Amino acid sequence: MIVTERKPLEELAAMLAGEQGTYLVACSGCPVGHKTGDEASLQQLEADLRAQGVTVLGRTSIDFLCNKPLVALRLMRVLEEIETADSLLVVSCGIGVQATAATVDKPVHPAMNTISMGGFQGLWPSEERCGQCGDCNLDVTGGICPVVFCSKSLLNGTCGGSDKGKCEVSKDVPCGWSLIYDRLAKTGRLDQLSKLNVLKNRDLMRVKPEQRRGSIWALELIEPEPEPQPEGKPA
Amino acid sequence: MKLSELFAQGKFVVTGELGPPKGCHLDHLMHEATKYLSRVAGINVTDLQAAAMRVGSLVTCKRLLEHNLNPVLQIVCRDRNRISLQSELLGAAEFGIDNVLCLTGDHNILGDHPDSMPVFDLDSVSLLHAATTLMGGKDLAGNDLEGDPPSLCLGCVVNPGADPLEPQIIKLKMKQDVGAHFCQTQAVYDADVYKRFKDAVDKAGITIPIMGGLVMLKSAGMAKYMNRMVAGVFVPPDLVQRMTDTDDKPKTSIEITVELINGLKPYCEGIHIMSLGWDQYVPAVLDGAGL
Repeated sequence: MIVTERKPLEELAAMLAGEQGTYLVACSGCPVGHKTGDEASLQQLEADLRAQGVTVLGRTSIDFLCNKPLVALRLMRVLEEIETADSLLVVSCGIGVQATAATVDKPVHPAMNTISMGGFQGLWPSEERCGQCGDCNLDVTGGICPVVFCSKSLLNGTCGGSDKGKCEVSKDVPCGWSLIYDRLAKTGRLDQLSKLNVLKNRDLMRVKPEQRRGSIWALELIEPEPEPQPEGKPA
Repeated sequence: MKLSELFAQGKFVVTGELGPPKGCHLDHLMHEATKYLSRVAGINVTDLQAAAMRVGSLVTCKRLLEHNLNPVLQIVCRDRNRISLQSELLGAAEFGIDNVLCLTGDHNILGDHPDSMPVFDLDSVSLLHAATTLMGGKDLAGNDLEGDPPSLCLGCVVNPGADPLEPQIIKLKMKQDVGAHFCQTQAVYDADVYKRFKDAVDKAGITIPIMGGLVMLKSAGMAKYMNRMVAGVFVPPDLVQRMTDTDDKPKTSIEITVELINGLKPYCEGIHIMSLGWDQYVPAVLDGAGL
């Protein structure tokens, strides 16, 4: 299971500022198990966003957003609602955000930071991969992760080695920043690139001690800690 | 001497370039530099160029200072994290190095240690940001520096022949915004390509001085190799033909370089000559171009 945590409300509000309305797409897989995207969390998220003046036009939940064919199929059902929205706000790990962005020609915002997947890349991953950096910037990068798709994991745009969409390491490797540039151009969001100057906090990708209690970290996380018993009394 | 002071005086600035050797002896390089590069305003020292292990840029720059030459310290982000990069910048300032060129660096897969770990904790933009932050008296973690902060002239690079060009322009604007004082370009062999680039630069509101980059052609084979392997560098067929037909490669190379300087000069604030070991021909280039 993939470990995610909700982005700070101020960051979400800043992403959505100036939009008329957003549509919520939630993953019913890991975020439910991890209680960052279960029904209660989603209701709380909607309430928090509304309090910030954000209009949430609707919501749909899909079993495993890493399953890209399913994402396309399910989003077809709510096409009309999505078309009226300025953007999609995706409650999932970085893979789900990227799978959604690859499916819909709309700005896609990540609602979560993906901390650790222990190398796990979803149940039905397609080309999308998440860098598990703990500080998701897919909002600015057109829903394509530069940590994974740039050979140097550069965060502030293309290097001088990019040539006609290919990376300097091999003509067979696409330049990740070229993919990002094309996606942003396609969705009319090239101005996002001027928001860069990212200095990554590498500490955020470190798995915290409380998340590191076994080989299936996330599963253990949802087990409540036993209540401490008063001394002298048997549990 | 900071290159920015020369630009401020309205001078057309010319820089050269040295690549440190794979070994621990710099006497030959210093001999070449003092003999052939004493007329340029600054000498770039590449930082583990082409991702090949060799003696470092900072050490070589220090040696140039001892010979009263003005080094431009190149720093790449491939091999060190932000702690080490900031330390290197402080070290440069302590040595009295005035100019630093901040680059991302080639991927190590392209070099002679492809099995090494790429770092890229920072990139060219965040390295410039780090340098600017240090010059403000703090490090990237917000800690105060002791004493007067370093005072450096910060350079950056751009590739005018990149296809597409717009991402390069966007990034160059970011570099200016985070504190770059000047820019040197990747090699250009066509004044029209440079002019198109310059128009895009002006349109984007980029105002820092830009020095056109020139790599001296050593042979037709080298030109063809660059066309095949180096992103955004295109040597036109007529120049390749001239290098093929010539009986005197250095002479033809000097002629071509002088012609290119004359072609670029109206559109740039300086020229960066990358002689790739042909340092002995740089004086002839400068004479030919009246520089």
